[in-house]
Amino acid sequence: MSAKLSLRGVVVLRGRAEVLRVPHLDVIEGEVLAVLGPNGAGKSTMLQVLGLLERPATGEVLFGGELALGRELELRRRMAAVFQDPLLLDRSVAANVGLGLSLRGMPRRERTERVDRWLARFDIDGLAHRSCRHLSGGEAQRVSLARAFVLEPEILLLDEPFSALDQPTRDSLVGELASVLAETAVTAVFVTHDRDEAARLAHRVAVLAGGDLRQVGPTAEVYSTPADETVARYVGVETVAPARVLTSNDGLVILGVGEAQVEAVANGFPADEALVCLRPEDVVLYPGGVDVPGSARNHLRGVVRRITPSGAEVRVAVDCGFPLIASITRRSLEELGLAVGSAVVASFKATAVHLIARGAEHR
Amino acid sequence: MSCSRGSFLFASDMPLRAYRVLPLAVLSVATLLLAGACGSGNDLILATTTSTNDSGLLDEIVPLFEKSNDYNVKIVAVGSGQALEMGARGDADVLLVHAPSSEEEFVAAGNGVNRQLVMHNDFIIVGPADDPAGVRRATDAISAIHAILKSEASFISRGDASGTNALELSLWHELSFDPGGQSWYEETGQGMGQTLQVAGQRDAYTISDRGTYLALRDVLDLDILHEGDPRLLNIYHVMQVNPDKFGDVNAEGAAAFVAFMVSPEAQALVAEFGVERFGRPLFIPDAGKTEEELRENR
Amino acid sequence: MDLIFDGIGGAVKILISGDQDVWEITFRSLAVSGSATALALVIGIAIGATLAFRRFAGRNIFVTLVNTGMGFPPVVVGLIVAILLWRSGPLGQLNLIYTPGAMVIAQTVIAVPLVTGFTIAALGALPPQLRTQLYGLGASRLQMLWLVLQEARLPLFAAIMAGFGAAVSEVGASIMVGGNLSGETRVLTTAIVQEVSRGNYDIALALSFILLVLILLVTAVLTTVQQRERPT
Repeated sequence: MSAKLSLRGVVVLRGRAEVLRVPHLDVIEGEVLAVLGPNGAGKSTMLQVLGLLERPATGEVLFGGELALGRELELRRRMAAVFQDPLLLDRSVAANVGLGLSLRGMPRRERTERVDRWLARFDIDGLAHRSCRHLSGGEAQRVSLARAFVLEPEILLLDEPFSALDQPTRDSLVGELASVLAETAVTAVFVTHDRDEAARLAHRVAVLAGGDLRQVGPTAEVYSTPADETVARYVGVETVAPARVLTSNDGLVILGVGEAQVEAVANGFPADEALVCLRPEDVVLYPGGVDVPGSARNHLRGVVRRITPSGAEVRVAVDCGFPLIASITRRSLEELGLAVGSAVVASFKATAVHLIARGAEHR
Repeated sequence: MSCSRGSFLFASDMPLRAYRVLPLAVLSVATLLLAGACGSGNDLILATTTSTNDSGLLDEIVPLFEKSNDYNVKIVAVGSGQALEMGARGDADVLLVHAPSSEEEFVAAGNGVNRQLVMHNDFIIVGPADDPAGVRRATDAISAIHAILKSEASFISRGDASGTNALELSLWHELSFDPGGQSWYEETGQGMGQTLQVAGQRDAYTISDRGTYLALRDVLDLDILHEGDPRLLNIYHVMQVNPDKFGDVNAEGAAAFVAFMVSPEAQALVAEFGVERFGRPLFIPDAGKTEEELRENR
Repeated sequence: MDLIFDGIGGAVKILISGDQDVWEITFRSLAVSGSATALALVIGIAIGATLAFRRFAGRNIFVTLVNTGMGFPPVVVGLIVAILLWRSGPLGQLNLIYTPGAMVIAQTVIAVPLVTGFTIAALGALPPQLRTQLYGLGASRLQMLWLVLQEARLPLFAAIMAGFGAAVSEVGASIMVGGNLSGETRVLTTAIVQEVSRGNYDIALALSFILLVLILLVTAVLTTVQQRERPT
């Protein structure tokens, strides 16, 4: 699979400060790459450099393997961008959607036909002749998406397109975007701070923090095996606990974590110190005095310290010698009759434990 | 140095330079076209005074000159002082002014040549009809302004280094009196027309040339209160700006204009001008005479 | 008061009678000030867009200069342009003094800061990310500028009207560089001053009325275009 877009040795400055450092990044043809990270991490900056909308202080951008330098306008016309603010012009919906096509000199007849097709695809054909002044947030963002897709770009750049929308609108648009992306098989780079969106839309995820690329890889891989603590917290691994390696043989590692011991699967773990990472959904809770069934190797006794509802689920913070977060349904909460101070047993498989060698998160 | 956030200057975009040059190019072309559109060869810049211009005489006499000679006369009407200033810089070709002592200095400084007497009219002292200072009773110009001084009646001066202003100041000077700073004495710094209108509005006294006063008489509320003193003669000369000193002047045109102004044809027109409208001519043609002769004959 | 009514009556009479001179100076007013406004637009929008969009050292100084220029006394502009264009001045060889060209130059200089200031405000009021979005849809620099000017057309039309208003009502500078020469550089404003000086108030008022009508017509046309809803 070829790299459609690449960054090599890119550094971006604001004034004298470095805000982005990307030694190496490839965007693979046909993939959807999510760029995840906290605010101020440099995600939008990286997107703009990729879109040839900003020139880095040093480094190169490669399009289809060749230097983009000197060809920026031509290459930009093979891409399209969508931003958090739809930034529509004071014209009709149809005129906005057709804007990029008229910038490229497409004759009106052909333009109208294409515009109509994409208006229908995003369910806004009824709005075609309406002025853009009074559209709802969701409608406006549909126009912005249609405006980008109508160009049939080779690369699509999206910068938190749904962050300003309310939840139901966001969910529905994420779904539509997912299906259009799959249909068109366009290469897309998608900036978001919402890990669920990233999980839903992206083949690969790049995690940026503090201007550095912390990890790039397939979504499942990054989510289950984060490279450092920052990435871990960002992808939703809520239990991150410092540990000492006690024994390590036959692929099984035993670590001392706080006052407890945890068994993990890892071949030849290199370090003596580690971080034990656990996704909350991988932890099962049982009532305190019960004999725990199942094949999980880790059964830790502990006490419930805090119960926090989170959407349809509940986060239970358990002190089992170290702080551990479990995610259970409300139903389970009731059935288990848990409250702060209840005794529980937290159970999880050795394979669910992800280890990060200590010192890996600071560069 | 980092690339600033807002600059999208990539070489592959339309070159910024072409975009910048465009307005300058338009301006330059427009300017050149306009410059070319105004012929320079047969332009003649005549610097004269506002009162001369406002009298309307030049509107009649200059077209006559332009018809028989192939010149385009540009009449620039400013105060005598400014007209002589323009001459001293070479910004005019020929001057028609009426400030004899300043003109003599001008010629002595080598700025003017071929100075010829053209015509004269006179100045008058005007003021409110009820004449609170009793100017009507004065026997000559000096006692007239002395009366104004004594009664501290409101007096408006042009204060603009014009011929009229020079004449007015010479009268005060003869009394060894400096009116500057007196509460009843005000200077407009403007032309005769404006000054007369200010005097009219304020019921004040002023000195004016007869021509401008007559032209404005209907809208003013001022009467002629003193006239006839030889001191009040307003003598007009025409002269060329010295072509030896200023290479750019239109010497032939200027010489032709001077010759024209003292020609019988022009002089006849001067003698007739104003008779129809005012019942008497505004100017008396004097070509060939000298200044002394004029004052004696008064 | 009679004077004013007489003036209006006089104006109508003059226009109907087709007085050659008056039509000529009216047309010249429009031509000179129209050209000056057009030139000021090209220059002012170029400078205004640059100051609105680019950050560079000393930008604030330029913006301050523009703002100063908006309130700069036009008669001072006239004096400086005249000094430059006099035969004795550095640009004397161009033979522009006492020509309509000189008046266009002076009026352009007067109008440029106004147009520039309005343009900076108009473009600065647009969403800052709009330009990035337009580039992100494949606009070239010129296309982006054109689109952005259209988005800001309301205040930009105000800029045109302000520029034209300043140019066509200019008198001090126009007299200094033009000389109010009959048949060559006389325009409505300079003619009005002359007629007042000659005591011909009725003619002066008539000309004033004509000037007001001229400004009204131009402004009405521009306002109509400004307020027109964009075709889809």
